[in-house]
This record gives sequence, structure tokens and C-alpha cells, in this order.
Amino acid sequence: MTELLFFLYFAVMTIVSSVLTVGLRSPVYCALALLSTLLHVAGLFVLLHAEFVAALQVIVYAGAVLVLYIFVIMLLDLKTVEKFLHKQVGIAIFFGVVLIFEILIGLFQSPLFSSAPKVIAQAEAPIGNTAEVGIALFTKYLLPFEIVGIILLGAVIGALVLAKKVPAS
Amino acid sequence: MIPLSYYITVSTVMFVIGLVGVLIRRNFLIILFSIELMLNAANINLIAFSRHYGEIDGQVISLFIITIAAAEAAIGLAIIIVLFRKKAITNVDELNLMKW
Repeated sequence: MTELLFFLYFAVMTIVSSVLTVGLRSPVYCALALLSTLLHVAGLFVLLHAEFVAALQVIVYAGAVLVLYIFVIMLLDLKTVEKFLHKQVGIAIFFGVVLIFEILIGLFQSPLFSSAPKVIAQAEAPIGNTAEVGIALFTKYLLPFEIVGIILLGAVIGALVLAKKVPAS
Repeated sequence: MIPLSYYITVSTVMFVIGLVGVLIRRNFLIILFSIELMLNAANINLIAFSRHYGEIDGQVISLFIITIAAAEAAIGLAIIIVLFRKKAITNVDELNLMKW
């Protein structure tokens, strides 16, 4: 019962703040609504017993990525403009609602949801969630882990090269 | 124990909100925010299924998604800064240099 209550809180707040993220006028308010979304998604992760991913969500997303975004907003000194939406806003929202129902109908008719959940009992997983993720990351997923490291290095170099001042030739 | 379908519903709604955000906003930065929303919806899906099947793989893949999102944010913001230095616009409608 308590779990359901927490789930409802996090789910409703996630949806509401994502609507605010795309709907608010000022970019700074949008960034703050995105921050709220990310924190509530981290709450959903905790409810799913993925504590390590929840911590990383707060540290990396809400801590690092959001600060980067807000830094750029402050740097560019964006003005709040009057016309912040496209002309096709009505048709986009209409097709968005249609798409939600289409995906949900497709999902709920799949045999996936009739399968019973296989939940590990707490006694069967004596090591914590972090240790489990770490073991999987350094054994089964070692090669993707290294590739992601190279992608991050490429992103760092690419961002530096892009944002560097071009010397006047 | 909350059923899997609740989480899937939340992530579907969040994904479509991100998609609509990409379609309706004019500001380059808000479009990047909407992409972050869609990536987060994918993360919720992965972790809900990882819990449903009692496997750890979904959590590991969602870590990779978080990493890729950070890289994407860095590159996207670098592109925005370069654009802003050249043209001082953030409206995607005015970025039609490569259109023919």
C-alpha cells in the first residue's frame, strides 16, 4: 500500500514535470522542470530496487548534465520569446495522444503482461545492487563498457574542437 | 509489488511528451531537453523489465544510456554555442543553411 502510494506520487510528478518541461515559456524554468523530472524518475528507480542507477541518475543527470545545460542557458542569456511554439502544436498534440493509446493498446495485448514476474527474493541476493551491477559491468559487459569509455573520450574531444575559437586566417 | 504495466504506462506517456516537445518547440535547448526526456523513458522501461525478469542486464544497459546522454549533451551544447557565436539564434526554424 505504501509502495503504491509512493509510486503514484513519483509517477504523477514525473508526468506533470515533463509536461512543464516542454510547455513552459522560459528556458530556465524548463531546465528546473527537467531537474524535477529527473529526480522523480530516480525515485521510480528506487522503487524498482535499482538503487545504484538511481544514485547515478541524481549524480550524473541532475548533478552534471543539468548544470551543463543551465550553464549554457546563462551563457547565452536567452530571452523569453513571445512565440515559443510551432504552428503545428495542435496537430502534434493530437497525434501524440493517438500515439500513446496506440502504443498502450499494442503493449497490453501482447503476451508479455500475462507472464508472471520473476522477482528475486531478498534472501537470494545477498550482495547489494551496486555489487551486482559492478560484477555484470566488468565481466559480461566489459567490451561495451570500454566502448562507452571511448565514446565519452570522443565526445570530450569533439566538444573541445567544436567550441574552440577558430583563428582568423 | 507494483505491476509492470504501471511503469510501462508512465514511460510511454513520458516518451510521447518528449516526442511532442521535439515537434512543437522552437528553441534548440528545449529540443535537447525533450530528447533527455525520451532517453529517461527508455531507462524506466529497461529497469522495469530488469525487475520483472529478475535480471541485472537492464540496469547495466541503462547505465550505458546515461553515459551516451551525457556525451550527447556535451556535443549538442558545443554545437549550440558555435551556432550562437556565428548567428546569435537558437530558433531551429532559422537554421536552414543546409536546406535546399
